[in-house]
Amino acid sequence: MIVRAFINFSLGSLRLILRGGWLYWGWVVALLAMVGVGVWAYAGQLEQGLISTSMRDQVSWAYYIGNFTFLVGVAAAAVLLVIPAYIYHWKPIKEVAILGELLAIAAISMAGLFVLVDVGRPERLWHLIPFIGHLNVPNSLLAWDVIALNGYLGLNVVIVTYLLFSFYRGKHPNERVFTPLVLLSIPAAIGIHTVTAFLYNGIPARPFWNSAILAPRFLASAFCSGPALLLILMQLLRRFTRFEIRDAAIWKIAELMAYAMFINLFLLGAEVFKEYYSNTEHLIHMRYLFTGVDGHDSLVPFMWFSVFASVASFVLFLVPATRRNPITLNIGCVLIYSGVYIEKGMGLVIPGLTPDTLGEIYEYFPSTTEILVSVGVFSIGFLMFTFMVKIATPIMLGEFRQRQVALGGAAGSPPLAQENAT
Amino acid sequence: MSGCSTIDRREFMCVAAGCAAAAMGSCSDLTHSAFFRDHLRELTKTQLDELVGELESEYSERFGREVEVGTTGPMKGVELAYALDLSRCVGCRRCVYACVEENNQSRDPQVHWIRVLEMDNERGIDFEHADAYYDAEQVPEPDKFYLPVACQQCRNPACVKTCPTGATWQEPDGITVIDYDWCIGCRCCVSACPYGARHFNWSEPELPAEELNPKTHILGNRPRTKGVVEKCTFCIHRTREGRYPACVEACPVGARKFGDLHDPDGEIRHIFENKRVFVLKAELNTRPRFYYFYGA
Repeated sequence: MIVRAFINFSLGSLRLILRGGWLYWGWVVALLAMVGVGVWAYAGQLEQGLISTSMRDQVSWAYYIGNFTFLVGVAAAAVLLVIPAYIYHWKPIKEVAILGELLAIAAISMAGLFVLVDVGRPERLWHLIPFIGHLNVPNSLLAWDVIALNGYLGLNVVIVTYLLFSFYRGKHPNERVFTPLVLLSIPAAIGIHTVTAFLYNGIPARPFWNSAILAPRFLASAFCSGPALLLILMQLLRRFTRFEIRDAAIWKIAELMAYAMFINLFLLGAEVFKEYYSNTEHLIHMRYLFTGVDGHDSLVPFMWFSVFASVASFVLFLVPATRRNPITLNIGCVLIYSGVYIEKGMGLVIPGLTPDTLGEIYEYFPSTTEILVSVGVFSIGFLMFTFMVKIATPIMLGEFRQRQVALGGAAGSPPLAQENAT
Repeated sequence: MSGCSTIDRREFMCVAAGCAAAAMGSCSDLTHSAFFRDHLRELTKTQLDELVGELESEYSERFGREVEVGTTGPMKGVELAYALDLSRCVGCRRCVYACVEENNQSRDPQVHWIRVLEMDNERGIDFEHADAYYDAEQVPEPDKFYLPVACQQCRNPACVKTCPTGATWQEPDGITVIDYDWCIGCRCCVSACPYGARHFNWSEPELPAEELNPKTHILGNRPRTKGVVEKCTFCIHRTREGRYPACVEACPVGARKFGDLHDPDGEIRHIFENKRVFVLKAELNTRPRFYYFYGA
């Protein structure tokens, strides 16, 4: 019975993906085209090896791993919604919390793909499967990251599927099953950021990363970047679907982001003070980032833009009038997103490795292959998110339901309608 | 017993990864057995012999000459160590090229396991102001000294700790080695190594057949493929047979000393007793088996 319902649910979901107006298809086709470009570029990289990137022994992690790190942060979006929704039972956010979970699924998938495209021997990734391969736990932090990221991905897939399938069958999710899973997702989200930070943090050979506040910084910036993306998506959904998202939810999220950005800037300032005031040989990495060293300054304009964007968006989101104004709100979202993208991507990875451990400066800038492959990975993520929202929206609105229940009239009102009524 | 679980594992992977293997069409250097092979340390003696046979015929065919793949294990009770006399080194880089010829590194792009740094006498050992690309007509240059750096064969190796698949480990004689067929090429070890000793094959290594050193070791200088990490192994194929590493023999000024740390009459003990030694980046607690000293 349940199995048949699930098959119907899956087939119905597939039909939803295949139905849409010209705007939807235009978006999907454009994304597919970019995925195609990415796949083509990746095929070239597989053929030639990673020499088609700009990475070398001196800077051996770069744009791909920067994107990976940033996207692990984006997956935090879920937590910023889950906490007010399920701990404080704040209705306006509870209605949209599923969007955060969907974004987490897409973001973690992209993060995983960025690791895949970064490794030299992708066909050997099965070596990471415990018992079949040889996962080096507890020593290796990348091994821990494999566990944490896959666990978090699995958890969110289960939560979202269970939630949507319940609504599809016209039932409310069983709190006994659902609540523990959602509560578990909170430490799991913090866990993925912490473990990813520890991946860098645990390398004493790289003083730029070997800082005790790296994990807190990851968390603080993650609570800005993910929600920034989410706020824009919410406004788009509100415009293009019947999904009702209240202003109150958007404003509350923006307010929480302002606090997170304050902590983020404070922690960054603490790092900058420590390095510049102590002025040890470790300062050189931060100098490379902010002022350049001996004319090597390709990161400098980006980093200063990131600082400007973070400070400006903090002000915009702190002042109630500007976070409520849709124009300044969206400017703030774009600034936060780009600011954190630089700071937690290239701004984290490259100066950690430059100069290298023997003092050599290799100036890294991504190659065309790296940019095209990354465009492809981001497009896969956006495509996943589009499809998931396409399925979730009619379910949340009560438009896509199990047939006999709907005919029998036994179905409860759709979750959104019901909650809005109370 | 271990052989039995190995077979189960292989069978599982044949089913689970068959599609993936087919999709990786561009990795044309993959043979079936290389793809499904287990971690080197988990192979039985028979499996290892079989593998060595496969590798020898593969390399011999590829290079058109007889290639030997050794599997000599560590000598009992021996702990290998290195000592380098900074007051003798003149920065001629002969060790760098002797190493490349001995260990079958890629000629294009060039992979060097030894990096010689030129430093200012006035600053002492200061990596920030070191120059690895000095181009002198005559060495040593005035007011400069030279610091060759390769794998320091740490007792507490950061690279081994960070490797997610256990593809690199420390042997009982102190040499940190890599299973080139198990490495996934994630480069965690490259980031973790404080000495820049780990090198990644960014493209398919180019090694002309006439330049190949046919005497190889499975954990050392056998030909590598693209996408994996490599590093100095103290010339494992030589030193496990009681010979010196190639760099020691190549050094024209006798700056390089090598031997068993525990041999009371050995060179290393002699240096410990008569000179004061130091290690690079001692504050990182990597505890290298590669010592530096000033002989004069």
